[in-house]
Amino acid sequence: MRETFTSVLRGTALACVFALASCSGPAADSVADSKAAPAAVASATPEMQGTPKRLRALTQEQYLNTLTYVFGPDIQVNPNFPPAQRTEGLLALGSGRGGVSSAQLELYQKAAVTVAQMVVDEDRRTFLLTCTPKDPKTADAACASQFFAHVGRLVHRRPLTKIELSEYVEEAGNAANSLKDFYRGLAVSIEAMLISPDVLFVVETSEPDPRNKDQQRLDGYSLATRLALYLWNAAPDDELLRAAEKGELHTPKGRVKQIDRMLASPRLEKGMRAFFDDMFAFDSFAALSKDAMMYPVFTGVTATDAREETLRVAIDHLITKNRDYRDLYTTRETFISPRLAAVYKLPAPPTWSRYTFPENSPRAGIVTHISFLAVHAHSVRSSPTMRGKALRELLLCQPVPPPPANVDFSALENPKATLKTTRDRVDFHLENPVCAGCHKITDPMGLSLENFDGIGAYRETEKGQKIDASGTLDGKAFTDAVGLGKALRDHPALPSCLVKRAFAYGTGSPTTNTDRPLLAHFTTKFGEEGYKLPALLRTITMSEAFSRVAEPKTSPTPAKTANAPSAPAVAANTK
Amino acid sequence: MQNVNRRRVLRGMLNGGAVTVGLPLLNYFLNGNGNAMADGAAMPVRFGTWYWGQGISKAVFVPKQAGANYELPEEIECLKDVKKDINIFTNLTAYRDGAFFCHYTGWVVARTGVAPQVQNQSLAESIDTTIANGIGRTTRFKSLTCTSTGDVRDIISYESPTTNNPPEFSPLNFYTRLFGPDFQDPNAPTFTPSPTVMVRKSALTGVMDKIKTLENKVGSEDRARLDQYFTGLRHLENQFNQQLTKPEPREACVRPKQAKDMDTGSDSALVAQRHNVMTDLMAMAVACDQSRVFNMIYSYGFSNTTKAGYDKPHHTCTHEEPKDEKLGYQPNASWFVRRAMESWAYYVSAFSKIKEGDGTLLDNCFIMGNSDVGDARVHSLEEMAAFTAGRMGGKIKTGLHIPYNAGKITDIGFTGLKAMGLDLKTWGGKSNETDKTIGEIVV
Repeated sequence: MRETFTSVLRGTALACVFALASCSGPAADSVADSKAAPAAVASATPEMQGTPKRLRALTQEQYLNTLTYVFGPDIQVNPNFPPAQRTEGLLALGSGRGGVSSAQLELYQKAAVTVAQMVVDEDRRTFLLTCTPKDPKTADAACASQFFAHVGRLVHRRPLTKIELSEYVEEAGNAANSLKDFYRGLAVSIEAMLISPDVLFVVETSEPDPRNKDQQRLDGYSLATRLALYLWNAAPDDELLRAAEKGELHTPKGRVKQIDRMLASPRLEKGMRAFFDDMFAFDSFAALSKDAMMYPVFTGVTATDAREETLRVAIDHLITKNRDYRDLYTTRETFISPRLAAVYKLPAPPTWSRYTFPENSPRAGIVTHISFLAVHAHSVRSSPTMRGKALRELLLCQPVPPPPANVDFSALENPKATLKTTRDRVDFHLENPVCAGCHKITDPMGLSLENFDGIGAYRETEKGQKIDASGTLDGKAFTDAVGLGKALRDHPALPSCLVKRAFAYGTGSPTTNTDRPLLAHFTTKFGEEGYKLPALLRTITMSEAFSRVAEPKTSPTPAKTANAPSAPAVAANTK
Repeated sequence: MQNVNRRRVLRGMLNGGAVTVGLPLLNYFLNGNGNAMADGAAMPVRFGTWYWGQGISKAVFVPKQAGANYELPEEIECLKDVKKDINIFTNLTAYRDGAFFCHYTGWVVARTGVAPQVQNQSLAESIDTTIANGIGRTTRFKSLTCTSTGDVRDIISYESPTTNNPPEFSPLNFYTRLFGPDFQDPNAPTFTPSPTVMVRKSALTGVMDKIKTLENKVGSEDRARLDQYFTGLRHLENQFNQQLTKPEPREACVRPKQAKDMDTGSDSALVAQRHNVMTDLMAMAVACDQSRVFNMIYSYGFSNTTKAGYDKPHHTCTHEEPKDEKLGYQPNASWFVRRAMESWAYYVSAFSKIKEGDGTLLDNCFIMGNSDVGDARVHSLEEMAAFTAGRMGGKIKTGLHIPYNAGKITDIGFTGLKAMGLDLKTWGGKSNETDKTIGEIVV
């Protein structure tokens, strides 16, 4: 029988499990105990066309993580690159569409200058440079060549060509001679390298797939990059590039070896933090603010800590302890900081500490964290609609249509009406047939979170009225937020949504209807393996679908319908 | 000495490498009348924009009279000190041409000339980009964009349909970008070109050459994105050139005091404070000729500006506050619009208080102010209002209220494009396409 990626996956399932257990420490319910793992691959992976080869701009985090891994953790820059446009629920997909504007490139250049200066800094250079120039006041091609051959390979995510290497060395030499300083010369060439298109953009290249006629697969370096950006949110390391160079990523054994190594690496944490930060749309925290009069306890630090809490729990639960993804929505285990303790009304710990909400607590699962509750609320009050909409869209991948353009909500404010609590106000939507269609989708979920105000602090009454926190989710009724967590946990769309997001995020392309059989297959396997995230990541990255690519379909050209610019912009923009 | 060409002198000196050059005093470079540069060239003209979200309260915003002798209704009473410098347009229309996105379609039509068909995706570059490309690059920054909202995701400027110009949202970052270590005081008595910048520029040429190899590896859509990036490299190259060339003196240019960072938050007082600090920096950057194209966002479409002691942010308020039948408008929604108008007045006066030649900086600007909707409560694209400010070197009249009888909002942008000297016959697409300049304001 021909060795396939799937058969290797089956054979090495347990090996992977032990690698994870050793990475995560003695977790009571690590995958090592899972009986589901050996039965993992029951069915063959459905065929799929291949995701489009795209030019992707590195995100700020990918750029900075890479620099940190290449040059050391004390390389710190904070250039505030703008986020990409959220596409199909993920910012990561926007980076496959958006370009780099002049203003953005200016930010990259400033960051590159800072990094280059740090690299050649007198205190750091002996650590970062593996050679010493013969004369520090002039060019030294041999030393510069040694530096760029090593560093250039890591930041370009492939070895430099001879021409590229000689260009960087020559540029460093010219600059060194002009400035009469080897190190300043080297810095100028480093700056140029860090803004070069091969570094800022990921250009996926392919080759014919010898296993599947008429199909294209990513070449070794492109696959290495896709894997590393997915799992680590950074460029490949030396070993992954070496595996790519030797063609190992296209052999099932070689690929699984690398994937297991990556899943066991500490870098996985940063990678998965980035994924969940994106999937949970936590970029909203960047501009989150609460009314200081209404919520004096909630500051900018509270917002930062709230985001951190949920990400810590996600990593601890899914990676460190390798637990069932669905239990993320019912777990009472969390981490709290002094600022969060003030909102949770708990004794403040001296620093970040583990905490378990007691069994009788109204909080269970990440949906009852301050993060979700505060981000999906107004600055001055809670919002069952915003919360319900977010849960549907972010966790169940069910888009909620926007309200009609000409809707008039002012009856909600009518002082003659007896709309005391938020539930009263929201129920009004359900009386109005224009509103009811969509609000029926969102509000019954959101209302079960009404025991938490606009910053996620617990409350039992609103304007003197006892809060009724009962709700429903697709036919399941519950009385409070804990019940909502359980209903979410058991909702079939919860795991399938994660699968959909994880595949789209990893390949950088939105999923389409034709991907449905493949996604269904991944979801089944996810369930068979106990809904463990590392196992899912392994399934996806080992699939041929992950490395198969197709030429991108050209989207309709805006120029036909509008004044889309091309060079020269003015001429194209006008008639 | 009257015929000395500074750039020629400097270029000669620069060929020798890093040198320090003594230069004549700045007033030497204006002509005798103070209304043009010494070589007879006109003062540069600039294009700016200002944006506020959530429209107007028609009953108290729209002046009763047309023309020059109009009275300011109460919602815009605060514009009295800038009335002579601005024009108010009312009853403007944006056409949706199919899809409609509540707080997006209206401003995108006004700024790109084309109705978007997908949420958050413009079909065309925005007018500031068209103008920046059209007037050519003579300044350090192609354009400047800021937001008072503190949110970098508030986009108002598109460099291409898929690439936006993110706004500056931190006063400190904005200060550093404009007046930090790379700032060159145009009025400094001496000028020392940086040898590091010289070699940096040379290295950049190498980066530009790499693009050709990449272009062969990607499809046409991605090639357009690489072109965009290449434009960015040219922008950097231009910046390096600027740094190596002694700028023309600018009489009003004074490096401002270092800005401080501000708290995040959307309380209206904080938003106004952020707006004013960034406006001052922006106006000074224009006075120093660091850019001739600039955009400011006061509040965004889904404005979450709050009013102390009131439980609804601006956007929610427009939808939920009942109209006061006696007053004829939503009182709290109008409160928010009034705060916006105060900031608009501040913005205009920031440019008019800077002296330039025998007039003011505003005299050499064309600033367009617009919103996303007319009546925010129902997201109307009819009965929208907009402003212009500045006389564009004498090409534009001001001080007028122009009821526009449901005419196209794109006419304002087109008038600005023409006034900036762009040679166009029409602007925009489908129902929003226009070939009409607004005769009432053109001299």
